[in-house]
Amino acid sequence: MQYDSKTPIYMQVIDAIKLDIINERIKTGEKLPSSRDLAVQYTINPNTAARVYQELEREGVCYTKRGMGTFVTEDESKIKECRHEMAHGCLEEFLKCISELGISKDEAIEMIKTTK
Amino acid sequence: MLESFEVTKKFLGKTAVDGVSIKLEPGHIYAMLGPNGSGKTTWMKMAAGLIKPTSGVIKYKDEPVGVRSRREIAYMSTEPYFYDWMTVGDVGKYYQDFFDDFSMEAFEEMLQEMDLEKKLKCKELSSGMLAKLKVAVTMARDAKVYMLDEPLNGIDLLARDEVLNAIIRHAGEDKVLLVSSHLVEELESVVDYAIFINKSHLAGVYEVEELRQNQCISLADKYREVYGAAEMGGAC
Repeated sequence: MQYDSKTPIYMQVIDAIKLDIINERIKTGEKLPSSRDLAVQYTINPNTAARVYQELEREGVCYTKRGMGTFVTEDESKIKECRHEMAHGCLEEFLKCISELGISKDEAIEMIKTTK
Repeated sequence: MLESFEVTKKFLGKTAVDGVSIKLEPGHIYAMLGPNGSGKTTWMKMAAGLIKPTSGVIKYKDEPVGVRSRREIAYMSTEPYFYDWMTVGDVGKYYQDFFDDFSMEAFEEMLQEMDLEKKLKCKELSSGMLAKLKVAVTMARDAKVYMLDEPLNGIDLLARDEVLNAIIRHAGEDKVLLVSSHLVEELESVVDYAIFINKSHLAGVYEVEELRQNQCISLADKYREVYGAAEMGGAC
């Protein structure tokens, strides 16, 4: 994975995992790799990998079963919430770009409608 | 765990390392970065107990490094040091004779992961294969400190990934890993901290995620800033 240079790496990995969950490349209730394997998979520092799971757990996207590992939540509403949040992030990014180009929100909406 | 106090090394009037004080703690992977000739190799050789500082001291577990610390500090030098007639398997046996903590099992496992065959002769290895072999044989030791001098030098992308994976797999709460390179981007995602060495001086120690979180710059941006190229970074 290529990391952009302004955002902490752990956040970028969190987003990648959330996207996999939203797209069902990782299923609800599925066991996630150990943090060491996650570190290898994403070529990241093992402490960063541990932090990824801590944050995902804090947000309720994952949970840890003692001695068994980390699992994706079975709570579908939590995943919907993730999708909603990420969509908002995309929108904010989009609106920022559009406004830098001097295009109004209404014009942008019109453009979206007519873009195939 | 490994601490350098005002360490200086002079070679015939040329100062290779000048007053370097740093502290390495277990549980972290450190990058030692700087242009060629900045003093990284000299510092590592002193920390490995192979050469002595002109002044200052490097301590491992509160004792000056030396014969005893070498048992727990695994060091990979940048220059190749195997005999041409050796096979990959012989290199393992050679290490086994030298180091009590060498594990043939760990070595064989790494050879498999890195796609190296035991019967290959050293002189037939490509530079990428040789680099992987050096890393495998060093990391097959059950040491507390691993110091790898330029393990990514002159190798292709795939070999690089295999070397980085070996580094990630060996990190642990009780271990210090120190990897030197003049290629910042290659190590950025893998290390916790970067030690910048410039013209034989310490030019700063930076935490990768902290730079991104608080200054919105990457380690590579910081490197450019410290080593004098155009200023980078900016708003989040």
